[in-house]
Amino acid sequence: MAIEVTDRPVDHVTEAIRVAVPDKGLRQDLRAVSIVWRRELIRFRSDRLRAITSLIQPVLFLFVLGTGLSSLASHGLPPGVDYRTFIYPGVLAMSVLFTAIFSAASIVWDREFGFLREMLVAPVSRSALVIGKCLGGATVATLQGIVILALAGLAHVPYDPVLFLTVIGELLLLSFTLTAFGVMMAARIKQIQAFMALTQMLVMPLFFLSGALYPLRGLPTWLSVVTRFDPLTYIVYPMRHAVFTHLSVSPLATSELSPPVTWAGWAVPVGLSLGMVAVMGAVMLGIAIVEFQKTE
Amino acid sequence: MSEPVVLVSDLVKRYGEVEAVRGIGFEVEPGETFGFLGPNGAGKSTTIKILCTLADPTSGTARVAGYDVVKNRDTVRRNIGLVFQDTTLDNYLTGEQNLRFHADLYGVPRQQVAPRMRQVLEMVNLWDRRQSVVGTYSGGMKRRLEIARGLLHAPRVLFLDEPTVGLDPQTRTSIWEYINDLKQREDITIFLTTHYMDEAENCDRIAIIDHGKIVAIDTPEKLKASVGTDRVQITTEDDQVAIRELKERFGLDAAIHEGLLTFNVESGEHFVPRLFAELTAQIKSVSVARPSLDDVFMSYTGKTIRDAEATAGDRNRAHIMAMRRGR
Repeated sequence: MAIEVTDRPVDHVTEAIRVAVPDKGLRQDLRAVSIVWRRELIRFRSDRLRAITSLIQPVLFLFVLGTGLSSLASHGLPPGVDYRTFIYPGVLAMSVLFTAIFSAASIVWDREFGFLREMLVAPVSRSALVIGKCLGGATVATLQGIVILALAGLAHVPYDPVLFLTVIGELLLLSFTLTAFGVMMAARIKQIQAFMALTQMLVMPLFFLSGALYPLRGLPTWLSVVTRFDPLTYIVYPMRHAVFTHLSVSPLATSELSPPVTWAGWAVPVGLSLGMVAVMGAVMLGIAIVEFQKTE
Repeated sequence: MSEPVVLVSDLVKRYGEVEAVRGIGFEVEPGETFGFLGPNGAGKSTTIKILCTLADPTSGTARVAGYDVVKNRDTVRRNIGLVFQDTTLDNYLTGEQNLRFHADLYGVPRQQVAPRMRQVLEMVNLWDRRQSVVGTYSGGMKRRLEIARGLLHAPRVLFLDEPTVGLDPQTRTSIWEYINDLKQREDITIFLTTHYMDEAENCDRIAIIDHGKIVAIDTPEKLKASVGTDRVQITTEDDQVAIRELKERFGLDAAIHEGLLTFNVESGEHFVPRLFAELTAQIKSVSVARPSLDDVFMSYTGKTIRDAEATAGDRNRAHIMAMRRGR
């Protein structure tokens, strides 16, 4: 039961504490970035239901779809490689997909419930707010990914610190780019229903076309072309590359299962692949900042 | 005389063809409680938006706390506190977390955050509930938390846009107790908008705004005095004697309405003592009714505030049509 508080002013009169609000500056902006980021974490922590439900899908893919398809897929797989091991990097990417974009959706909620206004009228730069939001979404999504990462052993992926650090770094990059994408959309899309519908419409095709579930090799031309246009392709490949370099499988198996993304026969290096994702993230972040700078 | 804390001149705001604010000018002195009174759609919210840097004026200037709202937007923002009509709290955070978020965004020095937070929370009686999630607060508690948050960074001007709209009468009264109370504690100027006549009485000065223009600006007392006289109603032992004496001694025309001897007089509260001193008929009861701000609004705009609200929606349409006719 709620405790009722008397609706009366307190009697004692206290001296007002003088507050000198400092001038605008980098330190002030960093403080704003930090509190916007912390708010995402606080809200994530208090929303356990969201944390649990967003883990269901990757777990289903990994252990239900993965197990179900293993016997079928084993014919095409080199001996000693589990299908679950193969799709594991893709499932990791999936585990952050929804969470990252949905944390950007909270901007749409914030607009609806007015809290966005509290942020927009503050004497801080809009870029601080947008960056804080993207970092927050990236952190929360990466934490989700880390839960799936903890299940590595079940997919026969070794618990190797170097591998883990590499994958966490890649997840962070992916999450940041996805959140930036979401924030960019949230600047324009004012209705939560429209935002959710658009997200649903985009996420599954992105996932299916990324090579998360099949190797990008020997595909029909049309599919092969389309996969090259899916941004997710350029993060799934580096993650799979990281996993396969830590497996004890033959080089032949690696080249069959984790072939590099090729552009007209030229293999795109891992560094360039990650660089492209980073650039995309930066560009979308920039657009989001510009969008939020507009006033009435 | 110190510099006005709000200084507005020739302010115009046009949305497309609709002129929401049509060249207004006024000043607010430090420490005043200044009210913008008018029906919905009169231009109150547009003006407050401009003063809070949320909208740019089409023409004219506005200075708040000594800074131009367009040229020194961020400085103005640091010096004002805002409480909007609609709540802008995060329902999933606790009251304390909401305030901390605000303190960080406004750059309240770290060592001052905790004591100042306690001070403003105690001021609105929410200190005990600071750990509760805001979603569990009542409407009145939320509004109080917003007032506390608006004060957290010790602004020079606190803007309250319809601070009691959507609250029940009892909560409205208590919100006003808090607002009047904070005037005692803080060195602050309050600028508010309202369309409740009774609430405008709490202001030191009122600007009545209608159709985007200020039609009157003064203290509530003077505004009411400008409308005219108080209505005095008495009952006496012998009403006929009283009527004759009122006519002879004071030159007043009194008549009996609904069993009460009724007449109008310039300043009722000053007249009543004379009435007792000079009337021979024994007085049994007295009541003095002042002109209300409703009467004031009526006399300046030719309609009641309710009527004005009913037609506010039509106004924009009428505006556009008038402009098409090349007014």
